Amino acid sequence: MSGLDVLFLAVGLLTAGSALLAVTAGRVLHAALWLVVALLGLAGCYLVLGAELVALVQLLVYVGAVVVLILVALMLTRAGGVPVVTSGGQRAGAAVVGAATTLLLGTALVGSVGRDRVELTGPDNARVAEGIFGVYVWPFELLSALLLLALVAGVAIARGGGKRS
Amino acid sequence: MPSELPLLVEVALKAAVVLAVFLTMPLALGQLEHKVMGHMQGRLGPMEAGPHGILQLVADGIKFVQKEDVTPAAADRPVFRLAPAVALIPYLVALAVIPFGAAWVAADVPGSLLLVLAVTSVGVIGTLMAGWGSGNKYSLLGGMRAGAQLVSYELPLVIAAASVAMAAGTLSLTGIVQEWSWWWLLWQAPAALVFLAASVAELQRTPFDAPIADSEVVFGPLTEYTGLRFAFFLLAEYAGMVVMALLFTVLFLGGWRGPWDEIAVVGVLWTLLKAAVVGVVFLWLRVAWPRVREDQLQRFAWLVLLPVALLQLAVTGVGVVVLQ
Repeated sequence: MSGLDVLFLAVGLLTAGSALLAVTAGRVLHAALWLVVALLGLAGCYLVLGAELVALVQLLVYVGAVVVLILVALMLTRAGGVPVVTSGGQRAGAAVVGAATTLLLGTALVGSVGRDRVELTGPDNARVAEGIFGVYVWPFELLSALLLLALVAGVAIARGGGKRS
Repeated sequence: MPSELPLLVEVALKAAVVLAVFLTMPLALGQLEHKVMGHMQGRLGPMEAGPHGILQLVADGIKFVQKEDVTPAAADRPVFRLAPAVALIPYLVALAVIPFGAAWVAADVPGSLLLVLAVTSVGVIGTLMAGWGSGNKYSLLGGMRAGAQLVSYELPLVIAAASVAMAAGTLSLTGIVQEWSWWWLLWQAPAALVFLAASVAELQRTPFDAPIADSEVVFGPLTEYTGLRFAFFLLAEYAGMVVMALLFTVLFLGGWRGPWDEIAVVGVLWTLLKAAVVGVVFLWLRVAWPRVREDQLQRFAWLVLLPVALLQLAVTGVGVVVLQ
């Protein structure tokens, strides 16, 4: 095992462990904070694999914005300290869905890559930019249009649709 | 920088230097704030500790260490106790990739601008943890204000920085300084103003200090903190000012570029001088301006800063295409 392997194992275990704690935490706000650790760990995984840009965007978007929004929403609704109450059936169902997703993703990955070692060549920033703004420019722009649409629709719904008020 | 050292020794040395800078520069800025504010507002301030009162900061430090470390009974203990560290550490990481000179940078990574923006955006989680964990309604209110403010101002900040990155054609801070030329001062001036305003808001300093407004929410998220934990939050604020001043210098003022910058040390002095001027501007804003109201603050971010930043992005895009 090389140093990188050890590092990857460490951040991988950190990610998996904190993800598990995020799911099992007793309070909603603690779950959100464990989610921060899990997302940081995931950024660490990307970094170890050489995908610097993906790791940083993960940090900027998910930790810096998405989780902050979740935390503010929890504080605004005072739901942060409420204990999480889930029935045994719900827990079992969630566990089954989680395990099935893991299995599906795992087999898809192993099926597509195989068990051979793949050399670590994280794409550099210039190649990511070429991909997004060159080869995949139409899907990228369509996605951004979709997000914009969702945003405008969200504002429209939040304002009560105009007629009812 | 000595490059013939073994890697591990080099890394350890650089980390030690970054830590030393991280611990001294915020204190120097805090000292500057005491004195600049005192003279600008014509108030005497503490003058007994040392000549011209320069040892007051040391006395404050001793006071903080001696104070009792209180955790309120209603607090969410682990969250409350961890919050100062979460607020402080991102700025330490950011400082490691900011170049002081062409070769004076602890870790010269290709995406260093993005790294600084990404890690500094994590600091807000510390403020939110403090707001929640204190178990105090004023802390909670302040925390919510901080969260809303930081998310709103993050956007113009990132877009203003992206404009410079686009102009330079690189995300590396050293690369940006190398590409920089004096007429960028005019070309990127709107971005610079947006960045300055947004960074003051990110640091939650006057005029954008509604989250810790003492006449409304006591001291916001920091209300329940005492002793060293409170001092760590203060250190995070001043370290954040140092990081933002250095980042402004590197992005908009050409970093270490200046007369006689072939000599490495002179380049570093240029960086420090420019950053000190930006730091004084931060202090000046605090002295000169009253606090803006919460709704004015949001209005300013979305209706003024964001359109200006987007317009600047378009201007930069046209400029880059024309220059090519």
